[in-house]
Amino acid sequence: MAAVPSTLEPMKLGSGYNTPWWANALKWGLIALVVGFAAYVAQRLISSGAWFGVVITAFVLMCVLAVYSTRRFIPMKYLLPGLVLLVGLQIWPIVYTVATAFTNYGQGHTLSKDEATARNLANSVKEVEGSERYKLSIAVPEGADVTTAELTFLLTKPDGATFVGTKDGLEPLAADGVEKSETGKITKAPGYTILNAREANKRSADLEEFAVPVNENAGIKNVGISSAFEGAPTLKYDAAADTLTDTSQNIVYSPKDAYWTAPDGQRLATGWKENVGFKNFSDLLTNPTIRAGFFKIFVWNVAFAALSVITTFILGMLLALLFNDPKLKGKGFYRSLLILPYAIPGFVTALVWASMFNQEFGLVNSLTHLNVDWLGNAWAAKAAILLTNLWLGFPYMFLVCTGALQSIPGDVKEAAKIDGAGPLRTLRSITMPLLLVAVGPLLIASFAFNFNNFSLIYLLTQGGPFQSENTSIGSTDLLITYAFRLAFSGASPNIGLASAVCIFIFFIVAAMSYSGFARTKSLEEVN
Amino acid sequence: MSSITDAAAVAIPEGRTATEKSPQASGSGTWWRHLLGILALIWALFPIVFLVSAALNPAGSLDTSSLLPKTISGANFDTLFGDDSRPYTSWYKNSMIIATVGSLGSVFIGACAAFAFSRLRFTGRRPGLLALLLLQMFPAMLTFPALYLTFAKLGEIIPGLGLNSIWALTLCYLGGAMGANVWLLKGYFDTVPKELDEAAKVDGASHARIFFTMTLRLVLPILVTVFMLSFVGLFSEFLLASIFLQDVNSQTLGVGLYSMSIGNEKNRLFGQFAAGALLASLPVVLLYLGFQKFLIGGMTQGSVK
Repeated sequence: MAAVPSTLEPMKLGSGYNTPWWANALKWGLIALVVGFAAYVAQRLISSGAWFGVVITAFVLMCVLAVYSTRRFIPMKYLLPGLVLLVGLQIWPIVYTVATAFTNYGQGHTLSKDEATARNLANSVKEVEGSERYKLSIAVPEGADVTTAELTFLLTKPDGATFVGTKDGLEPLAADGVEKSETGKITKAPGYTILNAREANKRSADLEEFAVPVNENAGIKNVGISSAFEGAPTLKYDAAADTLTDTSQNIVYSPKDAYWTAPDGQRLATGWKENVGFKNFSDLLTNPTIRAGFFKIFVWNVAFAALSVITTFILGMLLALLFNDPKLKGKGFYRSLLILPYAIPGFVTALVWASMFNQEFGLVNSLTHLNVDWLGNAWAAKAAILLTNLWLGFPYMFLVCTGALQSIPGDVKEAAKIDGAGPLRTLRSITMPLLLVAVGPLLIASFAFNFNNFSLIYLLTQGGPFQSENTSIGSTDLLITYAFRLAFSGASPNIGLASAVCIFIFFIVAAMSYSGFARTKSLEEVN
Repeated sequence: MSSITDAAAVAIPEGRTATEKSPQASGSGTWWRHLLGILALIWALFPIVFLVSAALNPAGSLDTSSLLPKTISGANFDTLFGDDSRPYTSWYKNSMIIATVGSLGSVFIGACAAFAFSRLRFTGRRPGLLALLLLQMFPAMLTFPALYLTFAKLGEIIPGLGLNSIWALTLCYLGGAMGANVWLLKGYFDTVPKELDEAAKVDGASHARIFFTMTLRLVLPILVTVFMLSFVGLFSEFLLASIFLQDVNSQTLGVGLYSMSIGNEKNRLFGQFAAGALLASLPVVLLYLGFQKFLIGGMTQGSVK
């Protein structure tokens, strides 16, 4: 069909089709776009000193140019976009997750040791009596997000000289374009967005940790949001002994568990990120408080996935058998309506069921005249989750089983009938085995999916209810919701430990997938 | 995951028409099946009926909701669209953009890769396919700690590609695009006769011309299936979206509706939430009802919800 030339295209004998001009233009336009984008990215990376990123950008750009501007590497032309995304967003995160699992990365442990030391020194700055005060405006670099960007101090000395202070140090600010209020406070400076009082107050937690180092022995710290002082740090760093000394009280802090720790156990606020080896993994398996919860979660996780598959499969199969009667009318009608629970987005299902399980006003209690605290009782919450997942998942099993039943040849059943088997016997000895062979791999896939069914659990119960003595482990937590809570909420987020849990899940999922592989011939069929 | 389940690729029959059977046979002996069928329908539909009546309930709170509405009004929809602190239209727009762009990208990347693996011969083809299969064992969402840290850092360097950016999130979803669908797509590409390509090649058509003007047209059904499966998946994705999109204006429907249903105000906001949830379900439900055949065919070959 495609061999017939289109009448719109001129055709040369022998050489076939010409490439239309717009296709070439499009191709070079896209290449130019990629070059432009790479140049922009490289410029941003250089200005923030991320040299490793520059090298990667240059490498990717070279690959793009080599593959698309020449006539060679034809297969690569089709694989490169997917490959770049795959390496950058799937392989790299896996590697990075594994690397993070061996660190203590988390709240209070996000900086390197040097940065953490510098921050502790800056924070110990005490005002020396009689030292001069600066007028302060709190700002962020222009275009950055005022709620998250690195803070910058715009300072005016009593003599009118202006300065920019960042966490890296103090630099003079050129007077061009700078506007000041009557008191000398800077109200406008090119390249910076000045925070208003409300925005500045929202950053008070960041302000508390922020100080501008001036030199080894002095730093600038804010007082409120419109003035700042220069003072001397009370801490001194001794590089040779690797200790911090508080000169005002004569306490020596030494590094312990990634914090500067005094002999009496007192710690300085900012800790650092360090390698902890297999500590996260051994914590999961040996730390008594973590281990008990982790084991409980693991058992429920397996039970949840298995029970979900079993209940949805049984209901789906029964319905499929019910409608598997050629005499039955209106099957299309039933099927269209029965598919609806599966068609509704998962988050809507989970949230609506969560409302229906509300103890006081929920539909479930009002229809059944019960007064069960569905989401507040550990066992009731488990039942609620399984019930919701049954509603959500049975249409899938129904469709799959219907298909499998239709593909069972009629003569097998007829042969069984001739041999004297009743309907039940036929079902047990003929239909069921053939059905299970057909849907077996789908059941494994469904198990693997439910094993990590984050959104159902999280949206329905958030992993709760929680026991009062241990708020980090919920009765309906899956490993993935547990890892999520470790990483992003709770008293002290611990991304390192969360990564370790994720790796643990990796291995379980890999083992399950392997058992799935072993049952298919797909590997042998690759051609 | 698709290849694992290829073995179970099962055909879903067309709805049988009544003309196949004689009228007498169809009337007798099936009444109990209809009875059970209706019970099944009640089980399948009551939460949906509840959702609809809550959305139409003028009082608009959870304690006044009931299975069947007493009075009907569109008040909840008015509150939904008039609530400035919960920008529902932005959420809707974000969800649609992420799901549409993400699935178009997925389909394109997957189709390109499948073409290479099915039609072109190169060293590393077979190991490449197997490597993709192995990589699919590790769901991208399990790497959420690393994705979070990476994009938090990236956002400081390139504003617009950090957290709170729907484009960064879409990009994240595309990371698994090649592996996720390549097996399903390749299987279909293999069924298109190679002789067609060869004939075009003899006529002097370039590989790009064969791919864009011929192959893509011939495999259109599977492209539609993959598009819809990935649209449904991305539309409902919650884990990464909730990590990435903290700012209320950049959120998706899932994250936004979740924020409405937690906290002290969930009772008061329930009507508004139900209206939003109902509208949020529409795109996916319409896709399912309109393209049942495409979706079910693809579903049974490997996607699971």
